[in-house]
Amino acid sequence: MDWEALWLSIKLSTVTVVILVPMAILAGRFLAYRQFRGKSWVEALVMVPLVLPPTVIGYYLLVGLGSESWLGQMLEQLLGHQLVFHFSGLVVASIFINIPFAIQPIQRAFEAVPEDVRDAAACCGMSRTKALFKIELPMVWPGVLTAMVLCFSHVLGEFGVVLMMGGNIAGETKTIAISIYDSVQAFDFASAGNMSLVLLLFAITVLALTTSLSRRVGGKHVSSRR
Amino acid sequence: MSQVVADLFCRIKQTEHITIDAEFTCKAGEVLAVVGPSGGGKSTLLRMIAGLNKPQSGEIRYGQTSWYCDKKSIQLSPQQRHLGYVPQHFGLFPNLTALENVIAALDHIPKSERAPRAKDWLERVNLHGLPDRLPAHLSGGQRQRVALARALAREPSVLLLDEPFSAVDRETRERLYLELARLKEQLAIPVIMVTHDLNEALLLADNMILISQGKMLQQGHPREVLTRPRDEAVAKQMGLRNIFDAYVIAQEEERQITWLKFGDHLIASTYFESLNVGAKVRWVIPNQGVRFNSIKKGRLCRSFNKLDITIDSMLVMGETVRILASVVGVKHKINAEVPLHLVQKLELVEGGETTVALKSELIHILEAHTE
Repeated sequence: MDWEALWLSIKLSTVTVVILVPMAILAGRFLAYRQFRGKSWVEALVMVPLVLPPTVIGYYLLVGLGSESWLGQMLEQLLGHQLVFHFSGLVVASIFINIPFAIQPIQRAFEAVPEDVRDAAACCGMSRTKALFKIELPMVWPGVLTAMVLCFSHVLGEFGVVLMMGGNIAGETKTIAISIYDSVQAFDFASAGNMSLVLLLFAITVLALTTSLSRRVGGKHVSSRR
Repeated sequence: MSQVVADLFCRIKQTEHITIDAEFTCKAGEVLAVVGPSGGGKSTLLRMIAGLNKPQSGEIRYGQTSWYCDKKSIQLSPQQRHLGYVPQHFGLFPNLTALENVIAALDHIPKSERAPRAKDWLERVNLHGLPDRLPAHLSGGQRQRVALARALAREPSVLLLDEPFSAVDRETRERLYLELARLKEQLAIPVIMVTHDLNEALLLADNMILISQGKMLQQGHPREVLTRPRDEAVAKQMGLRNIFDAYVIAQEEERQITWLKFGDHLIASTYFESLNVGAKVRWVIPNQGVRFNSIKKGRLCRSFNKLDITIDSMLVMGETVRILASVVGVKHKINAEVPLHLVQKLELVEGGETTVALKSELIHILEAHTE
């Protein structure tokens, strides 16, 4: 059992969720409420990571953020280290690949907030920020929770992008998915089996908890939306 | 009400998206009904007054304060307008209790005063003992009251009601009519109520504007608009079905009578000064202007405007009967809604012949179309 890889995976998932979900709340709310020219193009762009093979995304990130590119060089000067083959590079890649998993459920949840409620909040004197925290977030909470779980689980199991962007540096970029692959390559099936079981149990537990929590939180408001 | 009250002036002209062409004033203490068919732009107009939609051009002014003016590039937000707005489905915040919903609208007063004032308003709209309930656990009528309390507790400059009775059952609606009528006496602010139901305007409004396809057709007291529609379009919007052609054959200024020739019949109407003898006109009579006689003829012999009719069809609709009848000597048909008990008393039957009298004071000559 590679505890170091498991810990790194959990750290990567947590950091990704913490950075991505607040941004997804703002983006999802914007996409749900605003009508603008080219909206369908923006929505299609958001979905791109869902349909592209992770290795393709990994390749573009590697090339785009590597030391050969101007962006990579600029970031290296700014941060003092390269993004590729570094934990921070994994975070960038994870954020990028999880954009649809974060924005989609949150956008759908905001779309379900009745216009009457938003109008009433404005006419009650609430600013947009206050309406977001006081009225809308408690209503879209199941969507936010779904986004968090999807992103967390997805990062935990991500393989292609992580391998392309981070390589396989123990303690830095070697996540649990890569460690499982390594163990199988080394014919250490016992270790691979243990780690796979941990991931499987984690996935089932988290999904079961999320589903029951979503029902409880969502059910509280459903009948008042009539 | 302790707030400063003023009249609301509104002039909006819009040709893009939804067409709106309206100009009206709602005086302080007055209930103005915006009446018209669904999809006619009424709610959009209300949202523009609330600041939720931006008009293409025009001006919205509360007293001397401009809320919107395209020429001066003024567009105050709903928050800045400080108004009370009750949306069609009430817009209650589902995560907050009834009391918290009202408190949420009281940001403008000190924190310590909010709960007592919210409780006071919930009491005023007869919501006793329910402040801790979530909207999901309230009935339609109770939700409407919470929304009304929330809007009024703000001490708004203007109260806007969007189809306030459309989402509640009939019994609740009747009760809410009475409550709003009583509340109206205590309000000194302009109240604008959007409705597609003319009866609501007749029951509750001091003034009304009729809107169709975004265009303001007529403004006036609801009963006046009903009995004196400006033209045929207004008459039809008001649900008047007895619209006929006739010729002016005499003008009696002394007796204040205009005589019309309606097919073979002579009809006396109230005097319309501007008409020339010989002119072709369209005239209308509301349902209450048509009086039925019994099957036995001759009882209305001293009345003006007596017409012999044959009843073509009768359709019982609850406590009223819709009657369609051919007028003898005229190609037109008369529509009437008669209470069921009167139909039974007068022994009206399909195919039967009888007489109707038209009340001359309710005959109204419509303005000719200039299109």
